[in-house]
Amino acid sequence: MFAAVATFLTTHWLGQAILILLECLAVTVPLLVAVAYMTYVDRKVWASIQLRRGPNVVGPFGLLQPLADGLKLFLKESIVPSSANTVLFLLAPMITFMTALIAWAVVPFDDGWVIADINVGILYLFAISSLGVYGIIIAGWASNSKYAFLGALRSAAQMVSYEVSIGFVLITVLLCVGSLNLSQVVIAQSGWFWNWFWLPLLPMFVIFFVSALAETNRTPFDLPMSEAELVQGFQTEYSSMPFALFFLGEYANMILLSGLGAILFLGGWMSPIPYAPFTWIPGVVWFALKIALLLFVFSWTKGTLPRYRYDQLMRLGWKVFLPVSLGWVVLTAAVLQFGGWVPKH
Amino acid sequence: MLLQAIAFYVFAAVLVASGAMVVVSRNPVYSVLFLILAFFNAAALFVLIGAEFIAMILVIVYVGAVAVLFLFVVMMLDINIVKLKEGFLDYLPIGAMIGAALLAEILFGLGVLGGTSGTVSTFSKAGAQALAIDNTRAIGRVLYTQYFYLFQVAGLVLLVAMIGAIVLTLRRRPGVRRQRVSDQLYRPKEESVTLVKVPSRGGVS
Repeated sequence: MFAAVATFLTTHWLGQAILILLECLAVTVPLLVAVAYMTYVDRKVWASIQLRRGPNVVGPFGLLQPLADGLKLFLKESIVPSSANTVLFLLAPMITFMTALIAWAVVPFDDGWVIADINVGILYLFAISSLGVYGIIIAGWASNSKYAFLGALRSAAQMVSYEVSIGFVLITVLLCVGSLNLSQVVIAQSGWFWNWFWLPLLPMFVIFFVSALAETNRTPFDLPMSEAELVQGFQTEYSSMPFALFFLGEYANMILLSGLGAILFLGGWMSPIPYAPFTWIPGVVWFALKIALLLFVFSWTKGTLPRYRYDQLMRLGWKVFLPVSLGWVVLTAAVLQFGGWVPKH
Repeated sequence: MLLQAIAFYVFAAVLVASGAMVVVSRNPVYSVLFLILAFFNAAALFVLIGAEFIAMILVIVYVGAVAVLFLFVVMMLDINIVKLKEGFLDYLPIGAMIGAALLAEILFGLGVLGGTSGTVSTFSKAGAQALAIDNTRAIGRVLYTQYFYLFQVAGLVLLVAMIGAIVLTLRRRPGVRRQRVSDQLYRPKEESVTLVKVPSRGGVS
């Protein structure tokens, strides 16, 4: 029985289609649960930073709070402003949400646990993350409101600026790996935790993390939605499920960039100490722990830092990160070339 | 193979349709969005022939950077759509001529109109597979050896364009107070903080 199902799934064309669908579900469902509980963890972390309790009413320790929030958003009326461009207005949150999900196709959760093990995995992730800006910019334009539009313009300029330095960070890592495949990136970091790229490429790790904050519009770079001046930026006119899609997309993007950080700099599914009993723990658990660590820093930053001024944000992106990362690319290339460490394949 | 053929015709049809919509749609913002859709379908076609590197670069460069700036500019324009469409028929012959020239180039390249056939096919998937390396590596090997000088020249052209744009838009305004972050950071404590003993109910004058 089991063997028959296995043959059907791997050989018959319908079976293969079902298998692909199942693989997608196996990634998407845990991801959406993680997104829901990320909102809970976020609020708990801020609460403890501010000496509050955080959500603690719905369910034990407030654990059902994300579900209650989701249900509430689901039951609200979706309002489309009469002067908005209806098609684009509703398309924008879908784009944000979809780009946040399709990027997970190439993320390796463990050795061989990846839906699409493509040769250009890093480039694919970079391409998808550069698409995230469209959801925001289309939302801002389609809302036909000045707050939304200003938020969208800010966001577009910000994301384009910080993508440049993320690109250089990716180039440094791929120079050290010699491959664009994400599984190869992780395998190149095998060994003790000081073999992971966070230590040799520490400045790039910092730049990557700060740029990731800017890419996901999180504090201290949440100018696109800064509530004090722009109400809620590009989200001003959104309500109910379209808003929820934006919200979920934003959190999914945060988890994605944390995952990318874990793969590029923290050794992906590798255990920090390459001996038993640490190697008995499945790689996917290590990967999840590393993502959780980076996500905690995301929340910690949001609970701690004030918002940047817009010109300072641009200054940091173009005048600090761009030269530093470009210089580090040249330095890494030179060290690899003249130190004889160019990866052979 | 059937699935690939279906995928090819779907992507190609959407590509041609969205290309047409770029030209005929009344709102320039829609034009840019259709252009982005066209880029995507072109990238999908590249993936279908096994050129995944070029596909990803197409998405990163054109969709992720160039089209964002297009959209950025077009959204900020205050456009009278009726006026914009007035010159459409005047420009049609020139556009048609350029289009015809490009079509002829493609047909010559494919060897349909005679000439050396198969110029294009040497760069195809089969060529890369014969080397048994992925096409990112294959492109890198010729780009940084055989075409190294051309590659550098292309970079220089871009640099010149960038400097030109900066020169055209840079203006020095007198009397602007700039923020100097290094000055702010190196300001000594004595200049910036004074400790005052405040008498009760006295306040600071």
